[in-house]
Amino acid sequence: MDDLKAKYLDLIGKADSSSGLEDLRVAALGKKGEISLQMRELGKMSPEERQTAGPALNALKDEINSALVAKKVALDDAALDERLRGEWLDVTLPSRPRGEGSIHPISQVTEEVTAIFADMGFSVAEGPQIESDWYNFDALNIPGHHPARAEMDTFYTHRAEGDNRPPHVLRTHTSPVQIRGLEANGAPIRIICPGRVYRADYDQTHTPMFHQVEGLAIDKDVSMANLKWCLEEFVKSFFEVDAVDLRFRASHFPFTEPSAEVDIRCSWDNGTLKIGEGDDWLEILGSGMVHPKVLQAAGVDPSVYQGFAFGVGIDRIAMLKYGIPDLRAFFDSDLRWLRHYGFRSLDVPTLHGGLSK
Amino acid sequence: MKFTLSWLKAHLDTTATVDEICEALTDLGLEVEGVENPSEKLKAFTLGYVKHAEKHPDADKLRVCKVDTDEGELQIICGAPNAREGITVVVAKPGVYVPGIDTTIGVGKIRGIDSYGMMASEKELELSEEHDGIIELPSGEVGERFIDWLAKNDPSKVDTTIEIAITPNRPDALGVRGIARDLAARGLGKLKPRDVDPVEATFQSDLTVSIDEDTLDGAPVFMGRLIKGVKNGPSPEWLQDLLRAIGLRPISFLVDVTNYFTYDRNRPLHVFDADKVKGNLRVHRAVGGEQIVALDDKTYTLQTGQMVISDDNGVQSIAGIMGGEATGCTEDTVNVFVESAYWDPIQIAYAGRALKINSDARYRFERGIDPAFTAEGLEHAVRMIVDNAGGEASKVVVAGKVPNVARAYKLDAKRVISLVGMDIPESTQRQTLTALGFRLEGDMAHVPSWRPDVLGEADLVEEVARIASLTKLMGKPLPRVAGVPKPILTTLQSRQQMAKRTVAGLGYNECVTYSFIDREAAAMFGGGDDATMLQNPISADLSHMRPGLLPGLLRAAARNQARGFADMALFEVGHAFQGGEPGEQHVQIAGILIGRTGPKDVHGTSRGVDVFDAKADAEAVLAAIGAPAKVQILRGAEGWWHPGRHGKICLGPKKVMGVFGELHPKILRDMDIKGPAVAFVLYPQEIPEPKNKVTARTALIATDLQAVERDFAFVVDADVEALTLVNAAAGADKALITEVRVFDEFIGGNLGEGKKSLAITVRLQPTDATLKDKDIEAVAASIVAKVTKATGGVLRG
Repeated sequence: MDDLKAKYLDLIGKADSSSGLEDLRVAALGKKGEISLQMRELGKMSPEERQTAGPALNALKDEINSALVAKKVALDDAALDERLRGEWLDVTLPSRPRGEGSIHPISQVTEEVTAIFADMGFSVAEGPQIESDWYNFDALNIPGHHPARAEMDTFYTHRAEGDNRPPHVLRTHTSPVQIRGLEANGAPIRIICPGRVYRADYDQTHTPMFHQVEGLAIDKDVSMANLKWCLEEFVKSFFEVDAVDLRFRASHFPFTEPSAEVDIRCSWDNGTLKIGEGDDWLEILGSGMVHPKVLQAAGVDPSVYQGFAFGVGIDRIAMLKYGIPDLRAFFDSDLRWLRHYGFRSLDVPTLHGGLSK
Repeated sequence: MKFTLSWLKAHLDTTATVDEICEALTDLGLEVEGVENPSEKLKAFTLGYVKHAEKHPDADKLRVCKVDTDEGELQIICGAPNAREGITVVVAKPGVYVPGIDTTIGVGKIRGIDSYGMMASEKELELSEEHDGIIELPSGEVGERFIDWLAKNDPSKVDTTIEIAITPNRPDALGVRGIARDLAARGLGKLKPRDVDPVEATFQSDLTVSIDEDTLDGAPVFMGRLIKGVKNGPSPEWLQDLLRAIGLRPISFLVDVTNYFTYDRNRPLHVFDADKVKGNLRVHRAVGGEQIVALDDKTYTLQTGQMVISDDNGVQSIAGIMGGEATGCTEDTVNVFVESAYWDPIQIAYAGRALKINSDARYRFERGIDPAFTAEGLEHAVRMIVDNAGGEASKVVVAGKVPNVARAYKLDAKRVISLVGMDIPESTQRQTLTALGFRLEGDMAHVPSWRPDVLGEADLVEEVARIASLTKLMGKPLPRVAGVPKPILTTLQSRQQMAKRTVAGLGYNECVTYSFIDREAAAMFGGGDDATMLQNPISADLSHMRPGLLPGLLRAAARNQARGFADMALFEVGHAFQGGEPGEQHVQIAGILIGRTGPKDVHGTSRGVDVFDAKADAEAVLAAIGAPAKVQILRGAEGWWHPGRHGKICLGPKKVMGVFGELHPKILRDMDIKGPAVAFVLYPQEIPEPKNKVTARTALIATDLQAVERDFAFVVDADVEALTLVNAAAGADKALITEVRVFDEFIGGNLGEGKKSLAITVRLQPTDATLKDKDIEAVAASIVAKVTKATGGVLRG
């Protein structure tokens, strides 16, 4: 038995292929294998002989089996190593291309503004971009002869021969949405109205279409001091700074009274804007307390309700925040610009996760 | 509105510095746009004395001068005819910048002789247009700074100029006095009295004025005085300097007087040369078609109803807007009729806009001047004319009467505090209004006649807040809604956001293109009609409201191809306009894929884009924004799609959620797009609102029983659509069949003309017992039967 053991362990040790190993298994442990044949002899032995030969044969079988398995693993590993040696790839080759999309800064900033105001209880209202002159002007206390009408460079729509209604306008501001919002919901109300607006002007800093967000808060006791707080909080959150200094300057808009232009303290360092510090003032928006005539036009009683409105240029604050130099390029769809100034699809601005990444 | 510091100080007794004044103005709502101090640019010039001058040996017109300066004697070559011995001059030494000729003086050689500087003329220092010779000063010490000499002897030349922006509600601030009044109310000084001592009348004017009955509503009052025997000519130096400082050109004294009061008191005036007026003046409405050559030398044709002033020869002045050339004053005018009238702002605004005349007079009348100042304004002008140009003045000629603009509003001190959110004591509020010219009787504030903008209680609040200074306003928290804020976006709004993020995630770059586009492109996409046309487009490229987003995206794609980008994926989410009425707009989500899926690459994955790319992206977006998964794909979308290669994604024949497909080759040709182009357009408003918002999902059924997949291939007519076949197969056993996938399409070969093979995999998922062969065979037979019935197809052998 010891001979048998020595012989097979030796042969297994020398085996150099899976098939050779299988042959050995058959020769030793197959139906007619040497060890199997010996195990068949056990039946012919006396019980005493069997008591010693049985366990010895079983031990021999186990040992040969283990040796076969161990050798098989060793041979397989060697084979795999051999194969892998041939499987070299130049992994510096580029990956399969996958298009990378982008979100336009207007969309991104509109979402940022929405996130901030939603937190302060404002909802989002929208309205027609082709507006009647009543909603765009009259209801906002800008009668037909008002110089502001001429100053706004309004686009008018064509009127067919015989249609004697005043031409509609492309809304010059998102303020008409205030009126529509109040008409639909009454007071109290807190809304922002983002969207496209139009003025017939084109030069370095003007495009015939741009974006505004209008804010409106009406209640029984909303004051200009609330407006200032609201804007301070907005500017701080939007520009992601800890402190801001806003300056309210008396101004005039037909639809608010008192009216104020709002400047923000800033500094310009090599063309980079820093909000909240420095000695410069940057005009960022117009605002005021909603004129009683506007409330009246929208069906709200100005002796009961009061509140504020403001309007910010979305394109403008996008340019300021993200250092985008030219307004005209916003609407040119130059791929280089879209890729450079655009945002990744999952950069969703939230207050808990941060507006910008 | 421009004015000078000394002009302001003629109305305001103040010790405030220019900086303090500017800061206050901006804060008051009179935003300072520019401050110009002429002495800045003249700082380096000093006085010199010409000790000796002799002819240049090689040039007849040049003189070689020895000039005493603060740096000793300098040799200066000068070509001015008045350069001579014994005069005091203004010297620019080498290194000094001369603004009028935009040059920095250097040491030079002129015809062979060295020159160490320049002696300046008034024009070279931008003091006037005078350039006939160099400046000769009547006094001054050698080395003295020229600006110091000017400050002592000719201060108007170094007067600081301030320019402010005037909002349309503040016509009173279009006069220097109005600005001074605001500053005084703010506490920056005291308003000086500027009463007039009217010139005594010595005769009755033979020139009279009448106002037609139908014109009185637009021209309530017209006053004038005839002055005989004036001597017109250039204005006194101070007046010329003043006008020049604010950007006006001095013309002649009589005209300059009208300009002076236009700016001094916001009181536009007109002067007629009385000798050129035939008969009397009549204020009336134009019949229409009359022509007048105005003072700007242009001919205007008047429209019916516009207010004019005529004499026996016809129209001589466009009322409140511009006088006529024929009766205008010249240097030779001896007898002048001075007009001071009040014109209705609205009528002037409409007439001015229709005639396209932008004059100082129109600008002021349409914003509203002080009607109560009509007579006093006239007296101021007459006094100034007679004092400076002599003459005798007639009695005042009056037509109509000064309109009564008296009105009063209640000052509710508590309301002011509630609206502004600033604690301004009532006494301060009253004081402010009084300083601005309001008269308080009890709690009623009577509005001064020069403030046409004050039309209600809210305007009183504005005045009080403005003077108190909004800069001092402290923010107060806006009460927050209790608890956690609720979501605020509407379904459509959140769908748009989600769509943008999804499409960008699929590799598209978001564009924002103009809402207006050229007619040609609009017409290609079903628009371009008159209803969506702009009356005054900024250019022909931007003439019509876009009927959809595709034309703008394709134009953008063509621009990018011209820049050398052949392949791209662009998208936009925004409004398109199906008509020209408010509300005739709808939201689209549109994407285009052009060229190849990517640049050629080592893996060989790059290929031309095709319909199924667009379809996959459209489906991904629809899924992301909550569209039902079960849809119909129909044909017959609009003509800009390839007729055989597009599909409408529908919930029934009339409910189109979107379209995908290849764009029509003609569209690509006309829009100059190279390469294959596919697109999708989705209509998020067409997707049904989620019915009732239940957050809980239905229970998951995940059986342990083995699913079985079986493949079938059918030969069908080539025009049979795969979806028909799939739906038929799926209908064979709705309980058992969980999925049917098309995995092969084969056309031609031995199938014969007009035939194709479609191969499907059907997945069967039992729920109560393992499938036996006979169950599977039964389902298979049913599938074949259903497919054959629906498509006429047969199982491929």
